[in-house]
Amino acid sequence: MGMESIPYNFLTGRLEDLVKWARRHSVWPATFGLACCALEMMATGAAHYDLARYGMEVFRASPRQADLMIVAGRLSQKMAPVLRQVYDQMVEPKWVISMGVCASTGGMFNNYALVQGVDQIVPVDVYVPGCPPGPETLMHGILTLHDEIRRGEIMKRRGEGRGAGIEIEQLDGTPSHVQPVTLSRSV
Amino acid sequence: MTADSPREEIHKSEGALELAYAVQEQFPGSVVHDSHGQAVVYVDRAVWHDVAQHLRDEQQVTQCLDVTVVDHLVDVSRLVIDGVRPERFEVVANFLSHPRNLRLRVICQVPEDDPKVASIADVFPGVNFGERESFDLFGIVFEGHPDLTRILMPDDWVGHPLRKDDSPGRVPVAFKEDPAPR
Amino acid sequence: MTEHLTAEERVRLEAATDEGAQEMQPRTREVVMTGGLWPEDTDTTIINMGPQHPSTHGVLRIMLELEGETVLRAKPVVGYLHTGMEKTGEELTYVQGSTNVTRMDYASPLTNELVFSMATERLLDVEVPPRATWIRMYLVELGRIASHLLFQATNGMDIGALSMMVYGWREREETLRLLEMITGLRMNHNFIRPGGVAADLPDGWEEETLAVLDKVERGTRDYADLLTENPIWTERLVGVGTIDTEQALALGATGPILRSTGFPWDLRKSQPYLAYDEVDFDVVYTQNGDCYDRYLIRLYEILESVKIVRQCVERMPAGDYRVQDRKVTPPPRARIDESMEALIHHFKLFTEGFKVPPGETYVAAESPRGEIGCYLVSDGTSKPARLHIRGPSFYNLQSMAPMVDGTLVADTVAIVSSIDPIMGEVDR
Repeated sequence: MGMESIPYNFLTGRLEDLVKWARRHSVWPATFGLACCALEMMATGAAHYDLARYGMEVFRASPRQADLMIVAGRLSQKMAPVLRQVYDQMVEPKWVISMGVCASTGGMFNNYALVQGVDQIVPVDVYVPGCPPGPETLMHGILTLHDEIRRGEIMKRRGEGRGAGIEIEQLDGTPSHVQPVTLSRSV
Repeated sequence: MTADSPREEIHKSEGALELAYAVQEQFPGSVVHDSHGQAVVYVDRAVWHDVAQHLRDEQQVTQCLDVTVVDHLVDVSRLVIDGVRPERFEVVANFLSHPRNLRLRVICQVPEDDPKVASIADVFPGVNFGERESFDLFGIVFEGHPDLTRILMPDDWVGHPLRKDDSPGRVPVAFKEDPAPR
Repeated sequence: MTEHLTAEERVRLEAATDEGAQEMQPRTREVVMTGGLWPEDTDTTIINMGPQHPSTHGVLRIMLELEGETVLRAKPVVGYLHTGMEKTGEELTYVQGSTNVTRMDYASPLTNELVFSMATERLLDVEVPPRATWIRMYLVELGRIASHLLFQATNGMDIGALSMMVYGWREREETLRLLEMITGLRMNHNFIRPGGVAADLPDGWEEETLAVLDKVERGTRDYADLLTENPIWTERLVGVGTIDTEQALALGATGPILRSTGFPWDLRKSQPYLAYDEVDFDVVYTQNGDCYDRYLIRLYEILESVKIVRQCVERMPAGDYRVQDRKVTPPPRARIDESMEALIHHFKLFTEGFKVPPGETYVAAESPRGEIGCYLVSDGTSKPARLHIRGPSFYNLQSMAPMVDGTLVADTVAIVSSIDPIMGEVDR
């Protein structure tokens, strides 16, 4: 898989850092917006929560030109083979973010129609919780992915064909006009 | 919404009940029912297509909004209408007449061992998708439908998921790598 | 499962559900060869657009039969987002039902919650207080503004005006921020519940609303300046995807598609619900039935909704935000510490839910896409026996057939975009 086969020593160290820097600062997502999460993914790419500052505003339609597949939304049984086909068409190195609870676990719909978690079909690197996750949470997930790429951890955790499987915390959900209040416990 | 407000009156409009009684007159054996202010006609399965034709041609009903199916297999208690013999399935069609500004619902009972009813897609082409969905999810065969294939489930799916004795509404949650099943 | 069918019906059924049965089948045609070269016009190609495609508005798959660049017929293949929500609706109580229904038309989630709550209330024969009605109307119109702004953004992007994506989202973010302030969530709010709304409006909502409305109005006038007289825009959209009133009515199309053909049918005016007969607004409709008209209708509907929201801000009545019947709505949280009855009611409502007497009803409202209806059948328990949502986009997609007849492939994208389908309510 490219750089990973070269042993890390003082000669190749700098080169590997350069490659990781290039990789994480131009992750191009493939369009795989399925349902409500797709609207929040578009919101993250829009002007207010800009993804372009990370070099990610180009959502490539063709999976061959994409690095990252953000599975945004609920995956139905009928769509599962299409997801696998698109994932297979992507070229290494490729990463998958499972956005939202429906993609991560099946969400509130644990019935016949949905695949209970996209990781049954493709290996997932970052699970982003939320229904739908707000743009802040999605960006936290994307930055976690960038961090893992920078540290090289993500390639090491990818053994056995599974994804890195990192779970993050949801950052939004508190309305912007609500200020957190410290509660004091009465004994 | 009190009975005096204009909103209720539109939904409770006398015109809708009049239309229901006109259908009953045309097709004897039908039963008219007032369901929370809405006019409903329970007709026999055999005249389903003729009722739709009559509504479009004689009664200025311009649109059939929706055709759907109800499965009463596990009802704890079911609404009992005099004169209607209840079967497992009910096929429900909601009609709207724009010039007369009223709505009518037409229901027919479909037995479990013979789940067939005439298709009204030739009278109201807009129910094409609705009838396909009802076939896909309930297994009711709409005779005369131009393209009765599955629409929501994959082509090779076996069964009709929205039937009460088919797929479960809630599959047990499986936590990955967890030794104990829940 | 198929024992009740005769052998030939079974064969026909199996043939109908074979692999590939939903797809468009090539039409067989006889070609008589009498020598010489193959005639050039015997071949039509069937191509496939989607389900993963940048401009199919979600997971819509369209099969097109092409002769060169001209589309002869188009067949939408849906079901790639089928979530079994109607089955899940039978497993959730009426109190929980809003969470499920709201994810169907996820571009205007409050409208789904509204029809579900109105249907439940009709079966229960409860009447919501006036303030709850006005809060619902206020929220639904804000949702309509957000949905139409989304349409402007995605429609612009599909036609090629890529900067519309950014402008449309700029105003939509303001609306979503206001909705987050009131309901707690940007999308899928679960705020309109049977009995009223989940909470009262917070302090300062009037000033916030008026500030947001000013921005939305300015933004809408910007879009009008940018696009309405734009020669590229008019070239791409005028005369494309025309449909007339008889076709639209026959195919079950409602909403902006029907209104673009010269038929001024809007449920808010013709069969008013909530408090629409007490506010002043106009029904926007045009005559030509093409994509440009549908763009104009949705643009001006934003301004009409702004008008309605302003009137809501001025005339919001005081009072309860939900019905006071303790069997239907939970008691205020503070009361739970004081009263045993309140605790019991709270417990019963959130574990078992309230029971609805047997009956059935159909309630319709005007969503940004057309007539959304909820057909609810209850059987005396706390969970619905059948919850069916009549999704407007499901039936509007059928109107694609007359629209694409004889147009070019590039226009198909414009036509699908102008139908504005949301696959969540198509597939449910």
